[in-house]
Amino acid sequence: MDLTVAHQFDDAEQQQEASTLGMWIFLATEILFFGGMFLGYTVYRAMYPHEFAAASSHLDVVLGTVNTAVLLCSSLTMALGVYSAQLGSRRMLALCLGLTMLLGAVFLGIKFYEYYQKYEEGLIPGSGFTWAGANPNQTSLFFVFYFIMTGMHALHMIIGLGLMTVLVLLTRRGRFTPSYYTPVELGGLYWHFVDIVWVFLFPLLYLIDRSS
Amino acid sequence: MSETVIQPRTYLSIWGVLLALLAVTVGVAYVHLAWLNPVVALSIAVIKAVIIMLYFMHLRNSPRLVWVFVGAGFAWLGIMFVLSLGDYLARQYLPKPTMWLP
Repeated sequence: MDLTVAHQFDDAEQQQEASTLGMWIFLATEILFFGGMFLGYTVYRAMYPHEFAAASSHLDVVLGTVNTAVLLCSSLTMALGVYSAQLGSRRMLALCLGLTMLLGAVFLGIKFYEYYQKYEEGLIPGSGFTWAGANPNQTSLFFVFYFIMTGMHALHMIIGLGLMTVLVLLTRRGRFTPSYYTPVELGGLYWHFVDIVWVFLFPLLYLIDRSS
Repeated sequence: MSETVIQPRTYLSIWGVLLALLAVTVGVAYVHLAWLNPVVALSIAVIKAVIIMLYFMHLRNSPRLVWVFVGAGFAWLGIMFVLSLGDYLARQYLPKPTMWLP
């Protein structure tokens, strides 16, 4: 009998399947959590298409693209981390988790630099919002969605970095073996989910009507 | 674990495909396709999300019960979008109710 199997489970496999299913149920609630914001965004973009396009052109496509690439790379290192855990290579796992954290931190750094740029340009919604073009009120709605959606995404990234820190500590203590690495697998699921949210945020926020 | 272990080679090719799709989505955004632009951008995003889920998130080798729960998540997202947009987007085509207004 494996010591890492809790007594309510028949075996390690059943235990991991239950954990994975539980994580996916949590992620389904996260889909709906972000879904509500995507829905609000869709409704207002349909209402004010020109204002949203004009506002979107003030976002930096280069920084957004680099950040998307950084996040996709962090998903690769996370996936390789899970592979290392499956092999039982503790050093590789710690390295992959460390790289994932580094890339996550780079993403947040670029994101906060973008926020600072928006602050300098007076594009924070509220009394300080300055907009030379038409319909400043409708335009500021775009920035409301921009800051809330990317802000919630950044919060998820920060939580992800916290989870990675715990995983690195557990790895160093030798808690993971090829027959028990469920926390690494679940941490990976969370990290990839946050990546998927960004995969939708990037074209919706940065790439509106760039061709005209 | 009995689940099939995905090899690093697979992860690397998936990563390459994702970066290629990112390049395509940025490139296409600068081509004038009118109403097709957001459709193309979202289709590429959906493809990226699906391959991330299938390979990085191991959905491909997961029990089908997990698929049911993931499907349920997206199904409810769909219900929320269809019903809400059915309301908001149809408002301009319907007469405004006047009889209960003060």
